[in-house]
Amino acid sequence: MITIQHLSKKFGKLHVLDDVSLTLEGGQCIALIGPNGSGKTTLIKAILGMIVPQSGNITFKGKDIAHEWRYRNQIGYMPQMGRYPENMTIGQVLNMMKDIRKMPESALDNHLFIAFGLDGMLDKRMRTLSGGTRQKVSACLAFMFNPEVLILDEPTAGLDPLSTELLKDKIRAEKQQDKLIVITSHVLSDLDDLVTEVIYMQDGKPLFHKSLQALKAETGADRLSKAIAQVMATHELMEGTL
Amino acid sequence: MNKIIKYVIADLLRSRTIMVYTAVLAVLSVSVFSMEDSAGKGVVSLLNIVLFVVPLVSLLFSTVYLYNSAEFIELLVSQPLRRDTIWISIFVGLAVAMSLAFMVGVGIPVVLYAATASGVMLMLCGAALSLIFVSVALWATVRVRDKARGIGLSILLWLYFALLFDAVVLFLLFQFSDYPIENGMVALSMLNPIDTSRILILLQVDVSAMMGYTGAIFRKFFGTDGGMAITATILVLWTVLPFWFSIRFFKRKDL
Repeated sequence: MITIQHLSKKFGKLHVLDDVSLTLEGGQCIALIGPNGSGKTTLIKAILGMIVPQSGNITFKGKDIAHEWRYRNQIGYMPQMGRYPENMTIGQVLNMMKDIRKMPESALDNHLFIAFGLDGMLDKRMRTLSGGTRQKVSACLAFMFNPEVLILDEPTAGLDPLSTELLKDKIRAEKQQDKLIVITSHVLSDLDDLVTEVIYMQDGKPLFHKSLQALKAETGADRLSKAIAQVMATHELMEGTL
Repeated sequence: MNKIIKYVIADLLRSRTIMVYTAVLAVLSVSVFSMEDSAGKGVVSLLNIVLFVVPLVSLLFSTVYLYNSAEFIELLVSQPLRRDTIWISIFVGLAVAMSLAFMVGVGIPVVLYAATASGVMLMLCGAALSLIFVSVALWATVRVRDKARGIGLSILLWLYFALLFDAVVLFLLFQFSDYPIENGMVALSMLNPIDTSRILILLQVDVSAMMGYTGAIFRKFFGTDGGMAITATILVLWTVLPFWFSIRFFKRKDL
């Protein structure tokens, strides 16, 4: 569904993305993991057209996304830190997004909105909200318009355990509907029972892109966190010998 | 596009700074007009306050607002929207909010106390300056990523337009006082919208008689329809050009 070819991005001298080529297919739930500063968020932003790469291209359903904006109708994005106009209420933010997406009220997916109890706080101003509640608003907006692609950047950071479970249930439900879901997270235990594929990024390059089963089989680990730890250990060993 | 403008304006009009700004302008205008005995004098006193405060507040408030909305702009960019649409909406929102605050704060007292040609000119110029400095703020913030440096740049720009430029003009005036530079002065004043506004307003009040030969040249230029048309065009250019540069840069910017 999304094809990335030879994507490179430099911020000054720093190579944030270094010749990245990936193919992301529908029906998969992909974990994008890697150490801090490995280019995960930059990759996501490139897919969303928020940064302009120096070279390479990204196609969405076969169409190049450069200078395009309509394809974003099919993407739900939950940012790492959602910040909204301070004087607006939750209701106004939701209305604005509904206005932008122009989707009939009946087609909206209000499941998370009700599950998170946001319907009772429509009049609260954004500046009075806690980090977790803002995160709930972001999650709600990402899922609301039934997008074919969901991009979730650290979705569970700042959410309480109950809301985390609600969100994970929602992700599982969406996965059943043949959607492409990309999640970045440092909480690997959250990802374990969700993802089908793993992309591991390091220094702006994808080190590997494998299915979770294959990864577990190769490393002989039963959990994602163990598998990743093992991969990182062998990788360092190889770096050391080189 | 209208939708985003609507929400930006709704957000701005509820901001406390805008309300305080409106109130301060209103208090200043009413007190100046009640202290001065004639409307003309009132306009001149108010003129100096307006030319100082309006650019400063428009520039600084817009800069701070834009930096504080960085994440919100990011959110909009991740939505199915054109980047030009987003940037134009933000400009229109800020421009409407700032000029509305000015029109309420200064416009209403002017209509009540000094509904003269000079009063109307003061209102027009104040509104134009609001737009111009919102546009300059957009250009400054789009070029500078760091908030502290961006606000610093805004303050420097304001210092340049409000003080430094006049110092340079005075310096040139004294250096070349032996030459016929009056026509040059007209051109030079176009390089600073604050100066252009000051001249426009002063010419409507009858103090221009005291400005000597330069005043007569100014009157000869700004007093004609052609001169007014050129001045209006220059003020429009001052609004459009910084905005146009900023939108060109914003379309290629990494967020």
